Amino acid sequence: MTSWAMALFQRDLRLSVRVGGSALVGVLFFLAVVTVIPFGVGPDLNLLARIGPAILWIGALLATLLGLDRLFQADRDDGTLDLMLMAGRPLELVVLIKCLAHWTATGLPLVVAAPVLGIFLNLDPVSMAAVTATLLVGTPALTLIGAIGASLTVSLRRGGLLLAVLGVPLAIPVLIFGVSSADAAIRDPVPFLTPFLILCALSLIAAVIGPIASATALRFASD
Amino acid sequence: MAFWDYANPTRFLRFVQAVLPWLTGLCLLFFAVGLYMSFFVAPEDYQQGDTVRIMYIHVPAAWLCMMCYSVMTLSSIGTLVWKHPLADVSAKSAAPIGAAFTFMALVTGALWGKPMWGTYWVWDARLTSVLVLFIMYLGLMTLWRTMEDPIKAGKAAAVLTLVGALNLPIIKFSVDWWNTLHQPASVMRFDGPTIHPDILWPLLVMAVAFTLMFFVLHLMAMRNEILRRRVRALRMRAASAAQPAPAGAAQPAE
Repeated sequence: MTSWAMALFQRDLRLSVRVGGSALVGVLFFLAVVTVIPFGVGPDLNLLARIGPAILWIGALLATLLGLDRLFQADRDDGTLDLMLMAGRPLELVVLIKCLAHWTATGLPLVVAAPVLGIFLNLDPVSMAAVTATLLVGTPALTLIGAIGASLTVSLRRGGLLLAVLGVPLAIPVLIFGVSSADAAIRDPVPFLTPFLILCALSLIAAVIGPIASATALRFASD
Repeated sequence: MAFWDYANPTRFLRFVQAVLPWLTGLCLLFFAVGLYMSFFVAPEDYQQGDTVRIMYIHVPAAWLCMMCYSVMTLSSIGTLVWKHPLADVSAKSAAPIGAAFTFMALVTGALWGKPMWGTYWVWDARLTSVLVLFIMYLGLMTLWRTMEDPIKAGKAAAVLTLVGALNLPIIKFSVDWWNTLHQPASVMRFDGPTIHPDILWPLLVMAVAFTLMFFVLHLMAMRNEILRRRVRALRMRAASAAQPAPAGAAQPAE
C-alpha cells in the first residue's frame, strides 16, 4: 500500500510545484492580501499588531481557498481521475493523499511565509511563533474542508468562486480557533493550549469528514 | 409503507392534491388565531411596549430555519442512502423556503434589535450562527443552479447538506466560544421557563402556524419541481425527436 501512496504523493507534489508554480503564486497572493490590509485600516503599528494574527489567518484562508480549484480539476480534464476511480484503491485514501500533497505544495509555503509577513504587521516573536504554530496545525484543515468544495464543483467550468462560497461557512470554526489560540498566546485571556487543542481536534475531524465527503462527491460526479 | 408508495411521482401528486387544501385551510386558521392572539390578546411588555409583538414572527421564523435544515438533512440521507426519487426534490424545494425563513428571522431580529439594543446588528453568537446558516442555504441554492443535470445536482447538494449538518453544531459551538471571548457583556434575552403563559400561548400557536405554512409551501414547491422536471423531460424528448428531421433535410443538398 505504501508504495502506490508514495508514488501518488510524489506525482501530485511534482505536478503542483512544476506546473504553474502554485506554491509561489499562493505565497504571492498571501503577500498581496497582507499588503492591502494596512491600506484599508491605516498604518497604525499598534492596531496592526493587535489584528495581525487575524490578518495572517484570513490571508491564509483566502490563499488556500483560491488555490483549491485545481485540486481535482486538472486530473479530471486529462482523465487521470477516472483511472484513479477505476484503480480499485480506496478513493478516500487517494483524496487524503492528494490533499496532503496539495497542502505540502501550497499550505506549507504559507506557514513558512507567515513569520516573514508577521514582521510587516509588527508582531513580536512570541505572537509570530504562535501564529505560525496555529497555521501549521490549522491550514491542513482548510485544505481538507476545501477539498469537499473542490470535489463538488469539479464538473463545473468556473467553480472557483462557488468553491470559496461553499467552503467559507465550513471553515469558520477553524478560523475562530486559529485566531483565538494565537490571541491566547499573546494576551492570554485563556490558556494557549485550550483553543490550540480544539484547533488540532478540528483538523483531525476535517481529516475524516473531508476525504469521505469528497470521495462520495467525486464518485457521483464521475458517472 | 407509505414512504415507498410515494416514490411514484404521480401517486405523490395525487396525495398532494388531496392533502393541500386541508393543510392550507388549517394553516390559515392557525394564522388567524395566532395573529389575533399576538396582536390583540397578548399583553404589551412593560419594558418593550408593542415591539415585543415582533417576537411572534421572529421566534417561529428562527425555529423554522432550523427545522427546514433538518428536513433537508433527512431528505439528503434519503437521496444518498435509500435513493428515494423524491428525496432530492424535497431537499431542493426546502432550500429556498429555509433561506426565506432565515432571512425573515434576520430582518425581524434587526428591526427588533434597533429599538431594544439601539443597533440593528450585534455580533451575538445566535445572530452570527443564523447568518452563517443563511450563507449555507444560499451556497446550496447556488450549487443547485449551477449544475444542469438535476440528479447529479441533487447528489452533490446532498453531500454538502450532510457535511453542513455535521458542521452546524461545531459552528454553533465555536461561535459561542468566539462570542464569549470577544464580547463578555451578553445581550438581553428571554430564558425559557420565565415566559409568562399570556405570551407563551400566542407564540406556540404562531409556531404551529409557521410549521404548517412550511409544509404547505414545501408540498407546493415539490409539486412545481416535479412538474418542472416533467416539462424538461418532455422538451428533451421533443428536441431529440426533432433532431433527425433537419439532418435528413440537409442531406440532399450535399
